[in-house]
Amino acid sequence: MIGIIDYRAGNVTSVVRALNHLGESCRISDDPMILAQSSHIIFPGVGAAGEAMANLRRTHLDKWIIEWALAEKPILGICLGTQIIFDYSEENDVQCLGLIPGVVKRFSANLTHGGSDLKIPHMGWNYVEFRKTHPVFRGLPEGSEFYFVHSYYPIPAQSDLIIGITDYGTSFCAALAYKNVVAVQFHPEKSGRPGLTILSNFCRWGGQDAE
Amino acid sequence: MLSKRIIPCLDVRDGKLTKGIRFRNNIDIGDPVEAAREYYEQGADEIVFYDITASSDRRDIMIDVVRRVAETIFIPFSVGGGIRTVDDMREVIMAGAEKISINTEAVLRPPLISEGAKAFGSQCIVLGMDVKKVPVHGKTPSGYEVVTHGGRTYTGIDALRWAKEAEDLGAGEICLNSIDADGTQGGYEIELTHLISTNVHIPVISSGGAGKPEHLLDVLTRGKADAALIASIVHYRTYTIYEIKSYLKRHGVTTRMIW
Repeated sequence: MIGIIDYRAGNVTSVVRALNHLGESCRISDDPMILAQSSHIIFPGVGAAGEAMANLRRTHLDKWIIEWALAEKPILGICLGTQIIFDYSEENDVQCLGLIPGVVKRFSANLTHGGSDLKIPHMGWNYVEFRKTHPVFRGLPEGSEFYFVHSYYPIPAQSDLIIGITDYGTSFCAALAYKNVVAVQFHPEKSGRPGLTILSNFCRWGGQDAE
Repeated sequence: MLSKRIIPCLDVRDGKLTKGIRFRNNIDIGDPVEAAREYYEQGADEIVFYDITASSDRRDIMIDVVRRVAETIFIPFSVGGGIRTVDDMREVIMAGAEKISINTEAVLRPPLISEGAKAFGSQCIVLGMDVKKVPVHGKTPSGYEVVTHGGRTYTGIDALRWAKEAEDLGAGEICLNSIDADGTQGGYEIELTHLISTNVHIPVISSGGAGKPEHLLDVLTRGKADAALIASIVHYRTYTIYEIKSYLKRHGVTTRMIW
């Protein structure tokens, strides 16, 4: 059973639909007792960091997510879920979970490409350059692109945690992994077949980062 | 770098496509879910649905279509047509649409844009604009006017002013439809697209006029569009999405080529 953390951060039903399509049973919940019965946890989210953190604290999910991660069970962060595992986000100037050392910053307003100003949010399909192999990112065709919608991006304190890099006027961390934690800035559930491959790999992953 | 998006548009009435769509096996498809699946497999980057069902008490038919599409394709799609309230938006989003498109509804009541953005985030709210070229004068200094009802009703609103106002109200994207170019297959309205796209900070999807791949190249380069909407050019099998993307790639435009 895949547990999906519900912390009132946008619509998470698309993650459920993608897992159903893959034949994986899953449950959305904000109750740690129910989520604890899962084999894997997905931490999704669309929205703003401040309200998301407030909701996590109110339901005590903030502490529970740390416990889950420290127990070395597999967890996948998606978009806002990825940003919140860091120490701090510039969005709403908020302290986050601190599971992975690093900060989340807003794209600078003056990014350009080929003489044109780049728009914020970074929205649409972009290429991810995978710099390391990892079981969750296995089997992706060379040149795969993923669907992004975000104005903020994570900067891990330890650059060796970065698995994939994307260019949007600046290079940023689009995928990272540390022990049993995998996190992506894009939306695998909206990224066609390559995205479904990542979700499927994750559901079969034991939580070790070694190949 | 971010790829330019190619977005087929499907018109739906009472749960059926308004015009049959012919695919490679030469079979006419009237089911929007099957059409969405075909375009997903062909490499569409996103899909736009316009519900032109006349009667609002038949809305549940479209919600069912949205739900089935969401179980079938795993790329973003938007739904427009007849969405007047935040509750209407919620229903469509919970059924699985990534984005909501509002057009006439926003002209009649602009706060709908900010209400939607507040409830679901700007990334969910697409402002659809139908625009006609008009003489430059006091009310329309850009030379483009917002129209409704398929171009029959002039609103007196300047297109550039409306685009900026919608951005300020929280729209996350603009789908810009040239009524003059729509249906001609003679090319997009490049001047209009360039005007809007370089004057707002949100992505602009250009719509109306696509007849051959050169038209998309033109609007994505000279027109500075972030995405191009297509309809007849693919519905009648003149080109496949893959052929269009291959052409764009050969001419230096980055699009998603692996799916």
